[in-house]
Amino acid sequence: MRRSTLNLIATLGASVIAAAMIGSAEFGTTARASVSTDPVNPDSRARSEAAFRRIAGVLRDPRCMNCHTVTEFPRQGDDRHPHIMNVLRGDADHGVPGQRCSTCHQAANQVNGIPGAPNWGLAPLSMGWEGLNDHQLAEAIKDPVRNGGRTLARIQEHMAHDVLVSWAWNPGAGRRSPSISQAELGRLVQEWIDTGAVSPDSP
Amino acid sequence: MISLTINGRQERLDLPPDTPLLWALRDGLGLTGTKFGCGAGLCGACTVHVDGEAVRSCSAPIGALEGKNVLTIEGLAASVGRELHPVQQAWIEEDVVQCGYCHSGQIMSAAALLAQLPHPSDADIDGALGGNICRCGTYQRIRAGIHKAAEIAAARTDPGKAAAGAATSGGMPA
Repeated sequence: MRRSTLNLIATLGASVIAAAMIGSAEFGTTARASVSTDPVNPDSRARSEAAFRRIAGVLRDPRCMNCHTVTEFPRQGDDRHPHIMNVLRGDADHGVPGQRCSTCHQAANQVNGIPGAPNWGLAPLSMGWEGLNDHQLAEAIKDPVRNGGRTLARIQEHMAHDVLVSWAWNPGAGRRSPSISQAELGRLVQEWIDTGAVSPDSP
Repeated sequence: MISLTINGRQERLDLPPDTPLLWALRDGLGLTGTKFGCGAGLCGACTVHVDGEAVRSCSAPIGALEGKNVLTIEGLAASVGRELHPVQQAWIEEDVVQCGYCHSGQIMSAAALLAQLPHPSDADIDGALGGNICRCGTYQRIRAGIHKAAEIAAARTDPGKAAAGAATSGGMPA
């Protein structure tokens, strides 16, 4: 019903609305300051969906997904096998007494091959992304209950600049990075937000 | 120059900051109780405590340890003010060791576990010591030793609680 209404509005007035938006000198800054979650322009919706599908490709990369699990353990490697040594999530997502993440992972990659970055640990279970389709993934990321209380602006900041996220593009020898740069990821997240942060239709 | 506390003593290490703690301990300070096993964080033989948490010293650069409190096997007993730490005493009573090479790491991991979980279950032990490899295969005796250590620690603090703790600890190993 809501989608049909949006399409009708878009059909009747898209060009007028778009012209008004483009004509506003403040459009760019306004869009960044306040997120629209009700896009009326089908072009915006398409752009938003397209941006998110590229974002989702990064989020599903093993460098991200291995610690955004829905399991009681992290994963390792491009084949995403369970972390060796019976490494467990623990109550606070940073391991168990006697074997914390910091038992091996320090604040930087080590010359012996052990990866590291500040705050190394699992994402909370509410941020587990395994098994989610694009729609569900977008919904999970937008939901403050599941995303750690983050606004979309903070989500963009997290993906574009967080030091632990940045590790994915400096993973140490023997590990590959996501297919696009972190700067491109940050730009795509901003574009997704600016175009309404649309959750793509499933799948 | 890196300043840190090792076994209660203030130390100043004039070594490159990327020097692994294990090298600083063994070659710099002569504390050879901590063993080199793999050098890659895969065996646990080099486990020490940093601010109370188990850490693989082969993978911890000293530059990241400024101001930290390091405890090695040499300082473990003194850290509880006794001749033997409960884990060390239990290791003797249960005759846990075979060749012994991995056991300073096993003991340090066990001590870190017990400091936070005084009466661990078998699953707690498996989670805590999953990164400590023993090629002699003494794992059953390690489990038994940790349960015994829990009893010893409880008895030292309160003999009455020791019996109660043993009854709720998830059972003694075979």
